[in-house]
Amino acid sequence: MAVAHETTHEDHKLSWIRRYVFSQDHKIIGIQYLMTSLFMALIGGTLAMLIRMQQGWPGTQWGVAKFLFPGGFTGDGVLKPDFYLAVVTMHGTIMIFFVLTTALSGGFGNFLIPLTIGARDMAFPFLNMLSYWLYPPALVVLLASFFVAGGAPNAGWTSYPPLSAVPAAAPGSGLGQSLWLISIAILIVAFLFGSLNYITTVLQLRTRGLLMTRLPLITWAQFITAILMLLAFPVLLAAAVMLLFDRHAGTSFFVPTGLVVGGRLLTHQGGNPLLWQHLFWFLGHPEVYVLILPPMGIVSEILAVHGRKPIFGYGAMVLSLCAIAFLSFLVWGHHMFVSGMNPLVGSAFMVTTLAIAIPSAVKTFNWVATLWRARIRFTSAMLFAIGFVSLFLTGGLTGIFLGSPAVDTYLHDTFFVVAHFHFVMASAALFGLFGGLYHWFPKMFGRMMNERLGRIHFWLTFVGIYATFFPMHFIGIAGEPRRYYSPQMYEFLRGLHPLNVFVSLAAFGLGLAQIIFVYNFLHSLFRGQKAESNPWHANTLEWQAPSPPPHGNWGAELPTVHRWPYDYSVPGAPDDFVPQTTPVTAVPVAGGAGDDPAGDSPEHA
Amino acid sequence: MAEIPAPARERRVGRLLATLIVVLIVIGGVGSFLIARGRWWMLPVASVHGVEIDRLFNTTLVVTGIVFVLIHVVLAVFVWRYADRGTGRAAYWHDDRTLELTYTLIPAAVMITLVSMGAVVWAQVHSPPPPDAMVVEARGEQFGWLFRYPGKDGVFGRIDPARISVKDNPMGLDPADPASKSNIVTRDLHLVLARPVRVRIRSKDVIHSFYIPAFRVKQDAVPGMTVEIWFTPTREGDYELACAQLCGVGHYIMRGKVKVESQDAFDTWLAQQSH
Repeated sequence: MAVAHETTHEDHKLSWIRRYVFSQDHKIIGIQYLMTSLFMALIGGTLAMLIRMQQGWPGTQWGVAKFLFPGGFTGDGVLKPDFYLAVVTMHGTIMIFFVLTTALSGGFGNFLIPLTIGARDMAFPFLNMLSYWLYPPALVVLLASFFVAGGAPNAGWTSYPPLSAVPAAAPGSGLGQSLWLISIAILIVAFLFGSLNYITTVLQLRTRGLLMTRLPLITWAQFITAILMLLAFPVLLAAAVMLLFDRHAGTSFFVPTGLVVGGRLLTHQGGNPLLWQHLFWFLGHPEVYVLILPPMGIVSEILAVHGRKPIFGYGAMVLSLCAIAFLSFLVWGHHMFVSGMNPLVGSAFMVTTLAIAIPSAVKTFNWVATLWRARIRFTSAMLFAIGFVSLFLTGGLTGIFLGSPAVDTYLHDTFFVVAHFHFVMASAALFGLFGGLYHWFPKMFGRMMNERLGRIHFWLTFVGIYATFFPMHFIGIAGEPRRYYSPQMYEFLRGLHPLNVFVSLAAFGLGLAQIIFVYNFLHSLFRGQKAESNPWHANTLEWQAPSPPPHGNWGAELPTVHRWPYDYSVPGAPDDFVPQTTPVTAVPVAGGAGDDPAGDSPEHA
Repeated sequence: MAEIPAPARERRVGRLLATLIVVLIVIGGVGSFLIARGRWWMLPVASVHGVEIDRLFNTTLVVTGIVFVLIHVVLAVFVWRYADRGTGRAAYWHDDRTLELTYTLIPAAVMITLVSMGAVVWAQVHSPPPPDAMVVEARGEQFGWLFRYPGKDGVFGRIDPARISVKDNPMGLDPADPASKSNIVTRDLHLVLARPVRVRIRSKDVIHSFYIPAFRVKQDAVPGMTVEIWFTPTREGDYELACAQLCGVGHYIMRGKVKVESQDAFDTWLAQQSH
């Protein structure tokens, strides 16, 4: 702690640039991650609108879009097929890696971990600054691919070789694909710096009395997520470097012998395209849990705080987080049931995949049980948290179809998959992100967001998500493959046009509704009502610090923890919340998980 | 606490959310499924194993449908009932071993049942092909399909990618191999009604996926590998073959034609193809 104290005192002499740009303060870094992610979300969202334009009205001439994206449209304003694939690829890449991962882990992780554990900063503040400052170069390299010859990559966010390995295979497989790989590699290094830091910080810098069993679930979720990232991302880093070697150094990790592309026989020999898929999904599947575990933690906090009730089954919540994290490393093959992988291996992956549904179900039931006999305050944060439970449930259930290899044989790579992951992983994570922003905005910026606008934003977004992604299941059940520029070639897809138009209109509505959020966010940032330090009457440590917390977070003395974070509505207590710092002498321990009076003795600190 | 709205408002918002969950999600969700079944659904199944896949799909649909409705209704009831009224406190209730064990074991039991059923169907789909099955090769390329029948001797000749020429030798047959003499290369896929067929799936360039929706068949065509699947068509008629794995700008036009006909009609057609 002595080191942290010194930085606090030094801080007052820091220049503006060292304070707000190249800052080593975890709160500034968290906010930088969040702001950059929200900016990227605008780009990713715009790309989604382009996808729906094409899906709803394939071949239509869009006069205006032609001027906005000159390379992507023909002279008379029709979206080009290769640009469509570039848009699909970039939408997925941006939303998964550059929005959800960076906002939920980089943003909330950085901001909340030290505050919820009573630390002054991360264990390695300099490394933390490096982690953020690798992110802007990564996104510049990624977006640059739009402007090089051939345009952005066409191979999808999964970048399966040989399509992504052979420049002649697609326009976007030229320089654009190389930039994609380099960008992802840079971003992975940023994630590794971050996750290493999170793990060390949680293990080493918890304040006096904060046993692991008293950790708030958001912090548990961030901790487990960091472990996932640290173990899974290096595999994709290695795969990306190998693919770059295949593309530029003549190696053949992923490209087999005897391919003829664009009329030319390739010189590659002996590679295997399935190797990429194994490596990619070894990261790719834990990655979807990297996206969903932090929202699970966020939602657990919000349901307790705004329901004025302890989270139900704290122990089971922690155990199921660990179980999901462990199993997430054993399920990657369910993306490969029809890849040519041995069917026997498919059976094994079916078992692990459906096994992961059990801890997921336990979490869902625990959230619902938390609402039983609660005193729910329907704040914007709470609405998004309840919305999350619904989306996660709906998306989780459709996963049961896809986890069964025989059924997946039919549904694989159709819009059913697109609907599934947009519910369970994309929208649910987005709801976690929104809920978390409404909830922690006062702590981050010292101002309240407008609740009225927040609720309107919720209603429109909730209805918009269901209207957009629910009918997509039917498009998939009818058999339409994803990543089709247009379904018009196929007779069996003809009848789907009205459905596609409906989905597109719903998506536009959903997109427009986000303007309310952007306005609310920006307006509240400067004009929002001043927030007190604990506006929601929450128990966790971050709410005991001023809003926003100063550099170093706490005054001269670090907080001491005496109880678990979920003492809400304790019978006989003076208030309906008992902050973790409340001594046992003031309010007796009520008997929650980790609520061991012995925990106050110094040897536990 | 000015930010937290007055309790009367809480109940209104709670009731609105509960209504939305019931009307939009439960009634809308189930209702739209019922409407979609008549209009936007799978093609009528036209293969033997496809019937099993559809049955498994429908079972899963019923099971997940029940859970979907049940949990959403419970969620709606709680949201309706437990809005903050400004008086009293929430229950200080945070653990119940029996309840938690129950809702761990019930999903576990459901999952084990679904896994067992899924394993049976999956094993059927990938069981060894019957000995009387015919054999055909399907090769994907940017952006179309090519098929090869072994001909009388039943042997596929060697392929040499260096010999591929769009006009004369699109498959890249090696004339040095006598087995390739009798091979018949076609643009359309013809199959015999009720006769099992083994399809050897290959690719010339990038990954494609051999997808015939009506047969519930999908298998990636991976360059450098030959993956074999088998199935039995059960209805005469014309079907569409699509590519289901992103393969480049023409992914969406990579359509193939499939015809299922009697053995006689098939034999006549095949004889016309050989030259």
